[in-house]
Amino acid sequence: MSTERMLSPPTTRRKIKVLVAKIGLDGHDRGAKVIARALRDAGFEVVYTGLRQTVDQVVAAAIQEDVDIIGVNQHEGSHVYIARKLLEKLREHGAGDIPVVMGGSIPVVDVEVLKSVGVKEVFLPGTPIDEVVSKLLRLVEERKS
Amino acid sequence: MVSRDYVLSLIEKAEKGDKRALGRLLTVLEDVGSETAWALEYLASRSRGAHVIGVTGIPGAGKSSLISRAISVLRRKGYRVAVITIDPTSPLSSGAILGDRLRMQEHATDPGVFIRSVTTAGLLGGLSLSTLSMIEAFDALGYDKVIVETVGVGQSETLIMNAADTIVVVTMPGAGDDVQALKAGVFEIGDIYVVNKSDKPEASKTYEYMLFVAEKGDIGRSGSWKPPVIKTSSTLGMGIRELVEALEKHLEYLKGSGEKKLRLASRRKLLVKLLAEKMVMDSLKTVTEAELSKLQDDLEGFYEKALRIAKATGEKLVNLRIQ
Repeated sequence: MSTERMLSPPTTRRKIKVLVAKIGLDGHDRGAKVIARALRDAGFEVVYTGLRQTVDQVVAAAIQEDVDIIGVNQHEGSHVYIARKLLEKLREHGAGDIPVVMGGSIPVVDVEVLKSVGVKEVFLPGTPIDEVVSKLLRLVEERKS
Repeated sequence: MVSRDYVLSLIEKAEKGDKRALGRLLTVLEDVGSETAWALEYLASRSRGAHVIGVTGIPGAGKSSLISRAISVLRRKGYRVAVITIDPTSPLSSGAILGDRLRMQEHATDPGVFIRSVTTAGLLGGLSLSTLSMIEAFDALGYDKVIVETVGVGQSETLIMNAADTIVVVTMPGAGDDVQALKAGVFEIGDIYVVNKSDKPEASKTYEYMLFVAEKGDIGRSGSWKPPVIKTSSTLGMGIRELVEALEKHLEYLKGSGEKKLRLASRRKLLVKLLAEKMVMDSLKTVTEAELSKLQDDLEGFYEKALRIAKATGEKLVNLRIQ
């Protein structure tokens, strides 16, 4: 974290808005909260939808909030199934253009599977926050252009 | 820069119930300025007389959970409900955690509910302008109840409250005595007072304090309306029906006394004021930046430079024609 925590001037332009979500029966939200806070400190607007959400609830929140990116945190092994369903539902609702990233306890062998399904980035345990921030910024930039 | 056709197509789709289009439209309105002001005019002309409800009170009083409970009752009555929740922007990083929505997520997939979170970030009343613009959009698109939730601190948020038809002030046990409640601010302008978390000890004491303040009769905004004090508990689902009844009664009162029209007029007046200010600020910025770009990169005489720019800006501004 930067040592120069200056008061920043207000701006008119909207910040990057990210949805941090946990889907299904997974009660471990420490990681999601750490990420949410780190992204806040990086200047993002973070919408956190809380524990035990359905895919439909997350899609609805992403659409109503018009977020720039969706980050899903999973620790219980259903990440591939959830990713597939989430991306399918997003497309169904005309929101297939919102990039989805994932993080959490995900086996290395599943990274490529997730990417082939359409997940843009997968952050494994131990990924430095700076790397997460810069990759998210890049994804948002790519989508704009 | 967003094109007129794009905004119109969003409005058209949103009218047909496309939530993706409505979400996008709200993003355009979040940064409304000279270029998109026409969209506001268009939306305002299609107003369907929504009941705008402001909910304010100290952080942690349980406003979001209470709103979530109230949505359930309102939906059973057949109303379409929109919620705008405002959370603070960090003054350090300018980022924000928008956490109000998670208390209302049970309604996320309900086709008759739309929830949008915004932050307090924004230049000089920008928050008020974007919130007012969103209210106009929800009103035009047929939402019967538009609920605006703020933490009730800061000038711009008090300003937003003035755009509401009904103001609900939420407090909780242990939040302070009657002197606290008598203090000036948003507490003065409540139409309905709520003591939430009334399942907790000391709730009756807080209730009595609020009752004392409310019954004194010198708070509240309008003539003969007597602000009720209601005990609620979102956890137990207690007092929610009473709260919704009070909302309905207040709306009836506003309609009967002709105040509903007056409140719409004052909401629109506020919109005019904020939009005019935004237009001036927008053009001011353009002119100042043009002057700044002419500046030499030397290190001295900054006072004179600032003065020169201020003068040039002022002169140009007087002659400026805002489109």
